[in-house]
Amino acid sequence: MKEKSVLELKNIHKTFPGVRALQAVDFTLREGEIHALMGENGAGKSTLIKVITGVYDKEEGEIFLKGHEGAVHIHAPQDAQNLGISTVYQEITLCPNLSVAENMYIGRTKGHIQNWRKMNAGAERILRTLDIPAKATQQLGTCSLAVQQMVAIARAVDMDCKVLILDEPTSSLDDQEVQKLFGLMRDLRAKGVGIIFVTHFLDQVYEVCDKITVLRDGKLVGEYEIKDLPRVQLVSKMLGKELDDLSDIKGDAVPYEAGADAEPVLEAEQLQSDAGIKPFDFHINKGEVNGFTGLLGSGRSECVRAIFGADRIINGTVKMKGEQVKISKPLDAMKKGVAYLPEDRKLDGIIGDLSVRENIILAAQVLKGFCKPFTKAQTYQFADEYIKLLDIKTASADTPIKSLSGGNQQKVILGRWLLTHPEYLILDEPTRGIDVGTKVDIQKLVMKLASEGMSITFISSETDEMLRTCSRLVVMRDRKVVGELTGDQLTQSGIMETIAGGDM
Amino acid sequence: MFAAMTNNEKTRAPKLTDRFRNLNDTGMLLTITIIVFFAMYIFAILFLGEGFRTPQTFFNLLNTNGALLITSCGLCVVMIAGGIDISVGGVVALVSMSCAVYLDYHDGSVLGSIGIAVGIGLAFGLVQGFLVAYLDIQPFIVTLAGMFFARGMITIVHDAPFNVAHEGFQTLKNTRVEIPGVGSVNKLGVFVNSYVEIGVVVAVLIVVILFFVLRWSKLGRSLYAVGGNRQSALMLGINVKRTVFLSHVICGLLAGIGGFVYFLHVGSGSASHAMGMEMNAIASAIIGGTMLTGGVGSIVGTLFGVLSLAVIQNIVSSAGLDQAWWTGITIAAMLCLFLVIQSIVMARKKKMMKK
Amino acid sequence: MSKNEGKRLDTQAMPAKRFNKQLLIPLAALAALALFNLIVDPSFFKISIGENSAGDPVLSGYLITILDYGSELAILAIGMTLVTAASGGQDISVGAGIAIAGSVILRVVCGSEGSTEMQAPLIVAFLIACVVSMLFGAFNGTLVAYFKIQPMVATLILFTAGRSIAAWINNNELPTVADPSFAYFGGFFPGVPIPSPFFIAVACMIIIALVLKFTNLGLYTQAVGINGSSSRLNGINPEFIKFLSFVILGLCVAVAGFIKVSRLSTINYSVIAKDIEMDAILAVALGGNALSGGKFNMTASILGAYVIQFLTTTLYKMDVQSSALSAYKAIVVIALVVLSTPVVRSYISKFIKMIKPKKQEEVV
Repeated sequence: MKEKSVLELKNIHKTFPGVRALQAVDFTLREGEIHALMGENGAGKSTLIKVITGVYDKEEGEIFLKGHEGAVHIHAPQDAQNLGISTVYQEITLCPNLSVAENMYIGRTKGHIQNWRKMNAGAERILRTLDIPAKATQQLGTCSLAVQQMVAIARAVDMDCKVLILDEPTSSLDDQEVQKLFGLMRDLRAKGVGIIFVTHFLDQVYEVCDKITVLRDGKLVGEYEIKDLPRVQLVSKMLGKELDDLSDIKGDAVPYEAGADAEPVLEAEQLQSDAGIKPFDFHINKGEVNGFTGLLGSGRSECVRAIFGADRIINGTVKMKGEQVKISKPLDAMKKGVAYLPEDRKLDGIIGDLSVRENIILAAQVLKGFCKPFTKAQTYQFADEYIKLLDIKTASADTPIKSLSGGNQQKVILGRWLLTHPEYLILDEPTRGIDVGTKVDIQKLVMKLASEGMSITFISSETDEMLRTCSRLVVMRDRKVVGELTGDQLTQSGIMETIAGGDM
Repeated sequence: MFAAMTNNEKTRAPKLTDRFRNLNDTGMLLTITIIVFFAMYIFAILFLGEGFRTPQTFFNLLNTNGALLITSCGLCVVMIAGGIDISVGGVVALVSMSCAVYLDYHDGSVLGSIGIAVGIGLAFGLVQGFLVAYLDIQPFIVTLAGMFFARGMITIVHDAPFNVAHEGFQTLKNTRVEIPGVGSVNKLGVFVNSYVEIGVVVAVLIVVILFFVLRWSKLGRSLYAVGGNRQSALMLGINVKRTVFLSHVICGLLAGIGGFVYFLHVGSGSASHAMGMEMNAIASAIIGGTMLTGGVGSIVGTLFGVLSLAVIQNIVSSAGLDQAWWTGITIAAMLCLFLVIQSIVMARKKKMMKK
Repeated sequence: MSKNEGKRLDTQAMPAKRFNKQLLIPLAALAALALFNLIVDPSFFKISIGENSAGDPVLSGYLITILDYGSELAILAIGMTLVTAASGGQDISVGAGIAIAGSVILRVVCGSEGSTEMQAPLIVAFLIACVVSMLFGAFNGTLVAYFKIQPMVATLILFTAGRSIAAWINNNELPTVADPSFAYFGGFFPGVPIPSPFFIAVACMIIIALVLKFTNLGLYTQAVGINGSSSRLNGINPEFIKFLSFVILGLCVAVAGFIKVSRLSTINYSVIAKDIEMDAILAVALGGNALSGGKFNMTASILGAYVIQFLTTTLYKMDVQSSALSAYKAIVVIALVVLSTPVVRSYISKFIKMIKPKKQEEVV
């Protein structure tokens, strides 16, 4: 074991049925460093982390930890915890039915008796120091997603750990909270803790990290000092090819301009759903790409869900091509040529156990009717078509979708909606938790579809992505539409000002 | 975030409500159950006459349902951990028959029969727990097979029902624990103390122990965590498999003890004993606010669940609806009512959280 | 794109592979049982021509018994599979439902006076029973789909009350039908040597096969069972699909109840179709379908039903008391389920690798 290193992985191998998830991966984490683990989806980052934390058993290889002679054996999360490795996962891995304090302490205290008073006091103290707006005795399920994630972070940080692993902890946090987290990370670094940081936000990597390790297709690409690896090179290392066009996606597509002949595809007036948004107006023209922007929880998703009829509509009218329509459930919207790719892929998007093929044909099949199933040959034809078109990496059309990587799952869902040949496509966070390569693919596809006459609403947490694709942005704050930006107003600062509540 | 903070300040109330908020899901359902129980009991006192006014009627509810209370506690534990055990009725009947045969045909001792009861319960708990926790088989299937097995074994142990004549056992069976200060004046004008059977003492002891285990022990909290979200519990460093295993062992053990208490109450062995008891136990736990989805439930609730079930049965029979089918239908109607209440409460809560 | 060639091959090979895997469990169980009987007493497989009570020549033998008495179970397995797939739970009220359906048929056929002559055409009685059973199915379905109560618990209500309701329908009397034509459906049609329940079961199978082929019931049910929320966003109405599955099961219950009362020409409320819910659930499980819902294989479930009946008949033949039957069944079922768990399977394959020449030593 090298001096100064707290964690060393040597020659790690892990195979899943049909996939070699990790092949001969080495990884070193030193004292007092923040180490970014980068790679496309399916590159093996999550698998590597789950091997370190004992969720998966590795097939080959050794793990060394500072202060332990020889290789350590980690077979379960509690082993990792006892060895001083604490982890925050992308999905919130806390128990919603327990109190905040219990979630912070359960599974890591000694003895058989639970001392509620001591625990609540301790939790209250941590919550106060980290400025988390929750009470120790509050049931976790009643807290917002962001607070839950902060509680998970607080738990991990409070453990006297040598290694802290943060697996995409920032996806549900707003900027302020992210900054708080970075502050914490820097403090821990000063204390000599080694931190592994996984994120898809390149900005964040360059803001806090010291080193980068890149994985690709389950293999190690290399370890780099942050200053030696500019952004473009990092991306090309992750993709395994030179990347030239991250910035000018708009290049080949003609920028959309709403001329006099602009034909509105959908107009909503004073639309309101029971999900708690204020009534809003909205319209989109043929071939236009627009978007909703705002902080997480500002009501972006609720707006598009209302348009699609996913939540119960309590007010307002919707016109499609000038004709008033009644959309009370998703099927109504689908019949009118609206398609909706939901925000939460796992919960609302994929049908996990069904095959890629069945997932692709599902929406089109529902549209065709209950009593008119496609023939098997047809379904294979459709599936193969979109697997090829969207370059979906899957063993076969009959592989269950849940065994695909996140990016490929997203492509399958995209394929599902493209198969219905919609006139109006709503993409709610299509690029969340997806690698850079797929992100670019999706953005390009959006521009291409729009140029062919499809209207698209695009929502993303990454504003630069939206600026690149959208010609008009609806800005939201506190579940209310607070502004609309077009043309020259479409800049980072323009959006920020509107969100912050300038003089609109 | 500022908004969230102020909101928080508003809800920062005195300590008692604080504690109540902490209970939340569990607390809300528990309150409903307790209110319904008292409402029914008061209704019975007001409209169904004399019987319900004497304290002994209340204690008789316990006397007849001591075994049910114990098995319901076991089910409550398993259900909190997100599982189910439908073998308890079979185990209770098997324990009765085994103990009866041991006492009368093998000239056994009472202590020995207690050992047999606990042994059978533990054996079921251990095997079922192992299959569910470590081989990852669905608890419903495992305990369904357990129930089949137990019911089938009864006839293999002994095929005809009979009453136990064992002396030592009869003494124990007829032992009454008088409750000082509580009682009523009988027809002759003599004050008669209320009594409970030995089994009820055991049941109450178990309720108290389990109450503390679930609230203050690590195992208890792990049960809630595992039931709340299994995957998360694993990530939080809880030994999920061991917790699930132990939940079934506890339930099996309690079914064994419950079996002996049942045996103590009826004093006979028969293949038709405790028929449908698993369903009554599940019903009690559910009426007591335990959610089958896991993570929510309490022992106090289960106690009131059992009492509610007992009261409604008493009400039905004293209302003159003697036919056997009325009991079944009323219990079912009550279960239906509570399920619907639970479902509505939960749905409203979810909606409130959304906003 | 160079990998595409290989992908295409996989695409073709996969369905066949999956097909085998799902049917493997019931087929293996069937083979084991058949082998066991062959060793113990080969006469188990003998089919002879006997005479039934009406004096007609009919086939008899243990295999015929299995086909005969497995019918109700197979019919129930159809509905139970759909309910399991859509709702991720099981209906434990089917036994009680059969009692209700049977009671309704007898009530209509015998009239309120409890006459032994037929008071109404059989078809009317049957149709009314179907409607009643579907209503009870709808009751379960409403609780599960719209009130979001776990299926096991929701159906616990009818499980507790069903037999009481059945008794109540006929005022706790046990009407008997004397007309021989009533018994045709549970016995033999004159001149047909094969038991009629088998034909009814086959008819049900054909109907469900056609339904699955010519509608999207299968796809919708599986989608709803796996992920209700995303099914909804794809235009499916998950509540309705769940509701529908319970109504279909209600129909299956009515058919099974019809066969049951036709067999006896009378009814015993507390004994009729006792424990059949457990057998039906086991049939689904034995078919390799996840009891937590999602993907299903109807053929495997139906095969599972006959395997359960095979087991029952085998045990009867070995002079096992009918009340002790369940103990043996439980052992067999647990052994089967244990052998099919991934953990045990991986141990077995390791074991087989270790001693390659001697293999398949692990007996159920």
